[in-house]
Amino acid sequence: MGALHMRKTREGLVRTVFMVALALVPPIATAAGEPFYVGLVARIMIFGIAAVGLNLILGFGGMVSFGHAAFIGLGAYAAGLAIYHGQTDGFVHLALVVAVSGLAALAIGAVCLRTSGLYFIMITLAFAQFLYFVGVGLKQYGGDDGFTFRGHSAFAAWLDLGNPVTFYYVVWGALAAVLFAVYRIVRSRFGMVLGAIRSNERRIQALGLPTFRYRLVAFVISGIICGVSGALLANLTQFVSPAYMHWTRSGELLVMVIMGGFSSVFGPVVGATLLLLLEETLSSYTEHWQLLLGPILILVVLFAKTGLMSAIEIARLPARQARHA
Amino acid sequence: MREPILATEQLTKHFGGISAIDGVSLAIENDELCALIGPNGAGKTTFVGLLTGMIRPDDGSIYFRQRKISDLPTHRRAQLGLARSFQITSIFLDMTAVDNVALAIQVHQGHSFRFWRDARADATLRKPAAAVLEQVGLAARADVTAAELSHGEHRQLEIAMAIASAPKMLLLDEPMAGMGPDESQCVLKLLHGLKGRLTIFLIEHDMDVVFALADRIFVMVRGRVIASGTPREIRANEEVRRAYLGDGGPAR
Repeated sequence: MGALHMRKTREGLVRTVFMVALALVPPIATAAGEPFYVGLVARIMIFGIAAVGLNLILGFGGMVSFGHAAFIGLGAYAAGLAIYHGQTDGFVHLALVVAVSGLAALAIGAVCLRTSGLYFIMITLAFAQFLYFVGVGLKQYGGDDGFTFRGHSAFAAWLDLGNPVTFYYVVWGALAAVLFAVYRIVRSRFGMVLGAIRSNERRIQALGLPTFRYRLVAFVISGIICGVSGALLANLTQFVSPAYMHWTRSGELLVMVIMGGFSSVFGPVVGATLLLLLEETLSSYTEHWQLLLGPILILVVLFAKTGLMSAIEIARLPARQARHA
Repeated sequence: MREPILATEQLTKHFGGISAIDGVSLAIENDELCALIGPNGAGKTTFVGLLTGMIRPDDGSIYFRQRKISDLPTHRRAQLGLARSFQITSIFLDMTAVDNVALAIQVHQGHSFRFWRDARADATLRKPAAAVLEQVGLAARADVTAAELSHGEHRQLEIAMAIASAPKMLLLDEPMAGMGPDESQCVLKLLHGLKGRLTIFLIEHDMDVVFALADRIFVMVRGRVIASGTPREIRANEEVRRAYLGDGGPAR
């Protein structure tokens, strides 16, 4: 109990410090005359939202989806196309994005969740690639190259997402809201069941629980969170293309989750931050930056098996407790 | 005659060309403690699999509380009040003992599409879970992660989870398997306490346990029930002695 409690408070501390630091980025970046960083960190937080969403099924449900970029793409297309066609009402965008990504997750999940393990990984990948090629086939919207648009999701007159700093705080608020919701979900009855399915699906069935519908609902929630992050991404970049759905993007999401730590709600945000910052800095030195990223990832996996978040926890625990942590 | 709580009719299951279960018909009455014995490979675990729905029969039917359940999935049978423990310990290893039992109670209480309230702060789960742990003698170990419990404690926890759902009938698949003498005694005491309060169907290797506990015994050999009766009758049965208890001449 003691160790567990300590872990909880450490995690809470990391989370609080991290979120406060994120909230301080715009004033500091503006004061330093580097507004570029406001956009960069907004991008980090957007992918952080998606990674937290993916981790709901990966870390807490034991379902390794290799196709979650598809939901980012669907959210981005839904919001982007609405703006492109002159519909700027943010609430309409939100409803559209939730409906599109939720229904897609319902359909994809209904098929994929009949399988598990390696098959699940492959079939989620197949669905995502299918949607990627659908995007490529949309010639009227730029096909392979995607399309640009001008305008943002408009929620209220005082909330102008065209202003980078306002947009930044909207993303920050969305991240905080998603973190809080996922935090509540994993501790709820639903979350307990999800953990039990991950731990021993046969056993919870024998107790009388039909597991499929619980896994499906978790998959849909996860897909919707990624869809919302996609809509934010479209607002940030003013550009949507099939590349958002490419399998390498799904892979990056997995890397964020695994690197940051899938056993905590907050870990994936740490992972998203690290991956995107590494990408940013390394690519400024060399165009072959992925050559450098590879070894770093290997080191993280070797020395912090369950991710950086838990590495922080374990390093601070007394040795005897850390073994069980 | 009283209505049986559980009955099978000509239940049959083949694996490849081999009949694992070969036309078994048996009936168990309310609040009876029945035991199923038989040598290794007799089909006992397959039979439990058929009763719980983990395995589908090729032929025959199963009735539980006057309902045909042979076509129902596992979770529906559990909802009707058929709980089981597993031969190989099957619990949620990464959760604490009390979390394990609370999950069993939670599933019994209805659907779990509740997303907001903290399940570990829910008195309607935690209180009964603590009471069940007390009943099986695990109260002091409630907050220990299941992976760190001993083998005997795992079996106690299994039984705790099975009775937590207030079942009508309990299927216990070798609850004493791999236990030391002290641990066996503990589980034996627990089963004595449960006997008469609900129907128990016990699959067990340990003859001392079976003969000490059971009201009635079924003897299964090569997928068939070759004898049934009280412990005294089974002990006296010539065919059972020959086929199973190791008396008589050389094996065929």
